[in-house]
Amino acid sequence: MIQPVLLWSDALLFVLIAAIVALVFWARRQDALRAAWGRVLKDGMAMAAATVLAVFVLIGLLDSLHYRARLPAQPGAAARYAVEVLSALDALLSDLRQRSEKTYSAPLATHLFAREALENSTQREFPRLKHGGAHLGADLSNHEFDIAVRVSRGCAGGLLVWLLLVSAWCRWRGVAVVEMLKVGACRPAVSTHPGFRFAAGERNPQQTESGTAIRPVFLTLLPILLLFGIAIAVGGGYHVFGTDKVGQDVLYLSLKSIRTGLLIGTLTTLVMLPLAVLLGILAGYVGGWVDDLIQYLYTTLSSIPGVLLIAAAVLMMQVVIDTHPEWFATSAERADARLLALCLILGMTSWTGVARLLRGETLKLRELEFVQAAQAFGVGRFAIMRRHILPNLMHIVLIALVMDFSGLVLAEAVLSYVGVGVDPTTISFGTMINTARMELAREPMVWWSLAAAFSFMFALVLAANLFADAVRDAFDPRASA
Amino acid sequence: MLAYIIRRLLYAIPILIGVNLLTFALFFVVNTPDDMARMQLGVKRVTPEAIEKWKAERGYDRPLVWNSAAAGGAKLTETILFSKSVRMFVGDFGRADDGRDIAREIGDRMGPSLAIAVPTFVLGLFVAISFALLLVFFRATALDISGVVLCVAMMSISGLFYIIGGQWLVSKVWHLVPISGYSGGFDAAKFVILPVIIGVIGGIGASTRWYRTIFLEEISRDYVRTARAKGLPERVVLFRHVLRNALIPILTGVVVVIPTLFMGSLLTESFFGIPGLGSYTIDAINAQDFAVVRSMVFIGSVLYILGLLLTDISYTLADPRVRLQ
Amino acid sequence: MSILEVRDMAIHIREARPVDGVSFDIAAGECFTLLGESGCGKSMTALGLMRLLPAAAQVASGSVSFEGTDLLALPESGMRDIRGGGIGMIFQEPATSLNPVLTVGRQIGEALELHAGLRGAAARARAAELLDLVGIPDPLRRLDEFPFQLSGGLRQRVMIACALAGSPRLLIADEPTTALDVTIQAQVLDLLDELRRKQDMALLLITHDLGVVARMADRIGVMYAGQLVEEAPRAQFFTQPAHPYSVRLFAALPDAERRGGRLATIPGSVPAAEVRHAGCRFADRCSEVMPECRNAPPPWREIAGGQRVRCVLPGAAPAVAAGVGAGDTAAHAETRPLLSVRDLQVHFPIRRGLLQRAVGAVRAVDGMSLQLLPGRTLALVGESGCGKTTAGKAMLQLIRPTAGSVQLDGVELTTRSTHELRPLRAKMQMVFQDPFASLNPRLRIGDIIAEGMQALGTGGMGDSGGVGSDRDTAAKVGPLLEQVGLRADMVSRYPHEFSGGQRQRIAIARALAVHPQLLICDEPTSALDVSVQAQILNLLSDLQRELKLAYLFITHNIAVVDYLAHEVAVMYLGRVVEYGSADEVLRSPRHPYTKALLAAVPRVDGAKSEVPKLAGDMPSPAKPPSGCHFHPRCPLADAACRLSYPGETRFGATQVVRCFKA
Repeated sequence: MIQPVLLWSDALLFVLIAAIVALVFWARRQDALRAAWGRVLKDGMAMAAATVLAVFVLIGLLDSLHYRARLPAQPGAAARYAVEVLSALDALLSDLRQRSEKTYSAPLATHLFAREALENSTQREFPRLKHGGAHLGADLSNHEFDIAVRVSRGCAGGLLVWLLLVSAWCRWRGVAVVEMLKVGACRPAVSTHPGFRFAAGERNPQQTESGTAIRPVFLTLLPILLLFGIAIAVGGGYHVFGTDKVGQDVLYLSLKSIRTGLLIGTLTTLVMLPLAVLLGILAGYVGGWVDDLIQYLYTTLSSIPGVLLIAAAVLMMQVVIDTHPEWFATSAERADARLLALCLILGMTSWTGVARLLRGETLKLRELEFVQAAQAFGVGRFAIMRRHILPNLMHIVLIALVMDFSGLVLAEAVLSYVGVGVDPTTISFGTMINTARMELAREPMVWWSLAAAFSFMFALVLAANLFADAVRDAFDPRASA
Repeated sequence: MLAYIIRRLLYAIPILIGVNLLTFALFFVVNTPDDMARMQLGVKRVTPEAIEKWKAERGYDRPLVWNSAAAGGAKLTETILFSKSVRMFVGDFGRADDGRDIAREIGDRMGPSLAIAVPTFVLGLFVAISFALLLVFFRATALDISGVVLCVAMMSISGLFYIIGGQWLVSKVWHLVPISGYSGGFDAAKFVILPVIIGVIGGIGASTRWYRTIFLEEISRDYVRTARAKGLPERVVLFRHVLRNALIPILTGVVVVIPTLFMGSLLTESFFGIPGLGSYTIDAINAQDFAVVRSMVFIGSVLYILGLLLTDISYTLADPRVRLQ
Repeated sequence: MSILEVRDMAIHIREARPVDGVSFDIAAGECFTLLGESGCGKSMTALGLMRLLPAAAQVASGSVSFEGTDLLALPESGMRDIRGGGIGMIFQEPATSLNPVLTVGRQIGEALELHAGLRGAAARARAAELLDLVGIPDPLRRLDEFPFQLSGGLRQRVMIACALAGSPRLLIADEPTTALDVTIQAQVLDLLDELRRKQDMALLLITHDLGVVARMADRIGVMYAGQLVEEAPRAQFFTQPAHPYSVRLFAALPDAERRGGRLATIPGSVPAAEVRHAGCRFADRCSEVMPECRNAPPPWREIAGGQRVRCVLPGAAPAVAAGVGAGDTAAHAETRPLLSVRDLQVHFPIRRGLLQRAVGAVRAVDGMSLQLLPGRTLALVGESGCGKTTAGKAMLQLIRPTAGSVQLDGVELTTRSTHELRPLRAKMQMVFQDPFASLNPRLRIGDIIAEGMQALGTGGMGDSGGVGSDRDTAAKVGPLLEQVGLRADMVSRYPHEFSGGQRQRIAIARALAVHPQLLICDEPTSALDVSVQAQILNLLSDLQRELKLAYLFITHNIAVVDYLAHEVAVMYLGRVVEYGSADEVLRSPRHPYTKALLAAVPRVDGAKSEVPKLAGDMPSPAKPPSGCHFHPRCPLADAACRLSYPGETRFGATQVVRCFKA
């Protein structure tokens, strides 16, 4: 039927997921870590943010299951597969993907955005869209009514799914639905959000007594499901966010951009983490010339302005890729290689901050008495670093991981704009904005591509920021004291 | 103190050498000049003669690090390493692809860059610190909470949005200032004002939140309790005691960027058509003008290292514990 | 006429009740002390009076009346006039309680401006006067200095000067000398006492130290778990404490009389502030508890002479220490020293200038020699900064000595490489000061204790290590835990679940796991409350008896030394100035420093010694004074002392003193 394709970035992403799962199991056995995650789970704002993130991650994962479709078999010939690499998400959204128009059209429009000379007429008119509103036929009088019907149908569908989920959960946990949603059963943590760390303690007792803050999860799921319902219902007949210059559906592009954003946000940090951790701990614990050398290394690297170093490295990488076209079988692989290279470059330029932080923390830990106690037993250097230093730095590593994520997602857009981002054929927020920017001068403005890209990016980054805040506050030893 | 500064200056030298070697490696070793020529002239069907001509025009036809054909000291100087990298130490950046002298171009473009960057920096710092102080003064109230939510929301918005949205609203809808362009003298004001405001707004979320954290950390210290026990009003505690101490960590984060203000802002300058170093860099990247990119990398790191040095000095001035020991 | 009246004050931090109904009065000019162990709510009470509580805490009920004004009803602006003007306050940590970036003059000046309306030259003159009043030499120069340029004792004096700037009628001193050395503590206590009399100022002194109470108090309030449990004038309190808790606090104090015996301990620990109490708060730890104690809180009961107590017992029985002192039983049979240190030096280079050349050295340890016999306890005594901790770590080769020799059981350690040292490490171990920093929070108790056995291969049969030793190791952890008074089933817990005393037990078990002969104990009880300290001291002396351990006991606490040491070495600025048996050194000290050190310790019987108190601070070990290091502070010093360092003079059997005047 199909031929699965495993791109390098997919492989890394799955490795990453496996690592996270393994880490979760490891953390469950570690008291302190479990307690810290417990604090995150009890934080309403964090759980709401995590819900939004989970939806994004789900879309990103669906988009990472790549395959090549089998071409219609010719009798007698061996099976052949399409050149185009598709993903599970593409399959789900095949309607959106295939129903492209000729060029720009506004959201929910039935006609193209610009007048064109029609074949059988001398006048320039707005041509009808091939797909948007096609089901209405010639009679456009009930265009708005049709949209209203679709919106309410979508809402109803979303609500139904939500109610099903809620009741399923309540049945599983043996709680009455009303009870679970009652205010106070598990207070939304707006006033107690740890981002606002006020005094000695800020969490209310109701939260410490109850377990996971499940209510915010469902309250966040409700609007998400409603939006999904509307998008499905309306998207069946119209282009919800309009179409871009080559007539592609903007909603489709936005959904496809999520994977790129997620990859850049996570892989980058992971690429640099092992190096940063190793060098940071070595510099801090071993000291002497090792410390001098590592410090020299990261001061030199960090003294080059980030964007310029990235630009220089990306330019050079481009030359390498362009001069070796034979390395890549498909254009998807080529774009993927470029994406990975970008992650690598971003990682190489940004490990310095984490390494410096870890070095400083190691210097403090090294003087602590439990390290000296280990030294008094003659425990070897590397055993001390592994047993005593590293586990006590993990919270910093984790905080760095989540705090960097949102910055990297935003950076991708800027880099793509500067021209040193992902491959122009890779769909990303940056490339969307970059292409849409050309049309800003148009009167009236083509605003929907920009609006869609910015709002998706905002939702993703805001959720990531809020979640990162909660994680930082939960893991920061000063907060848990 | 003087010995300290001299030592820091001496420490900067190996770092600059490191940066220089790194850029050299990146631009000439990872890809040979032949690769670059092929890329610039089009990958397919390019004649060896064309490549040689391209290299000769730019002075890339010399060996990388050792010219065995030359005589005496020229064995070292008649090389790409010396002519393209080492010469940067004396301000010789060579010529851009369009034939202009890069050093001159940089000199001309510094003014417009500074015209945007300095007001943005000063105003941004002032606004963010004031805003953070306000939040801390009303800490744990609804004002503080909504302020922080606003900060997080603002820092979750892409910088591109602020620029595009600002240009659209202020220039296209309200027609208050020209959408882009630049001119010298006092006329510059009308071109500068919008980029500056947008720059300040774009940076306010992250920096306010950071300053607020510093203030809150400082406010939980013992000496603040002592000050309150003296009967000082909260306003005095905040401005005399907390602000003075919080300025030390703020300084270390802020002073380092001052020299890099010369570099201008990539995004703002290119969107607003400001003929500064930021747009110069972007144009060079888009045109794949390696000589310019290489020069900007070097200048950028020189300025950053200068910033580190300034940080050290300002630190010794701000903190009596460092100054007097 | 009382100047301060506190009635039923309760402070809530959400569910917790750190202060739960406290009432007391302070008369004008009187010194009232709040005595109690950590976590009993003393500091919270003081902050509550001043309305300086952290944001999460609030005064839930009660009233505070200062000179007839209800402080809790005052608007914030009115309260600011009281703070500093009516009531001054000083805190425990002089190092962090002054603003590091403002000059001393500025910090005193702002209080003068606020409460005395003085500015400019007048304020400066008054500030200098205040510095002079608190005994700071050369006040005009000090006005322009920053806090980091002052020593701890001077900083605390500056704090006092700040508090005096508004001429308060009441001074609240929250553990004012806990962070200071004993000789400096004596200076500051004298100063507070003198100021109180001179200025006719009432003093609310908060402390955990019975010695300080005996030295300072007119009246005492004993706090336990958020409440006052006893209130008494000093004389009555020290002759016949009424509450069982007070009685046990006295019994837990180590001193020479209890030597070789066991100290009375209070089982368990202070209940958490979240706990709700139906009856007496002390019931769970009281040995004389009766059924009615658990039903209702005991009412106040007046005893003669202004003493009152919250206990139903007519008179608390004196605490009985389990097992009476068996005397000094350690045998002298062996004479070959287990540890022999000769001319040990540890210098840390000071790097300056362009090339970071070493321009000098901090002589942390500067030629010390001592010997420790198997099964004996040698106390290394000295004030902070005298190099005693560095010396201990240098003996263990945790810090490599600059010069000198350290021999363990006849084997020279200083010349061995890290690798060669490893087999010897099982013989000597260390117990650290801070029970919270000495256990890795990410490891289970079992892993912490097993670490040494695994590293040194002593977990398996013999020294083989190898396969199977892990299981053997695990099997040995349980008995070790029981040996130090914990339960064997605690192996899989993490350190944060344990209290300070329990953690110190775990640290001891970790050291014992490799069967050391020598245990270097670096202030093992200084972070603990007195009742917990007694438990640990009991444990240490039990272990010594059972396992014939030798202890090098590093401490600044003379009472602990008196209770447990066989030999004493007194350190000053990197050198041992006096050495001898505990009796010799503590009963008939020869060195003027030893004499002053002993005299500075506040005594529970309130007796004052006639030895003059030490003036000034210990000099920096980076530039020690010429000649005898002690001469700038020595009342007996003459020209010879300034010229050269005195050699050893021997007195009696073992006493060695380095002083020309001894």
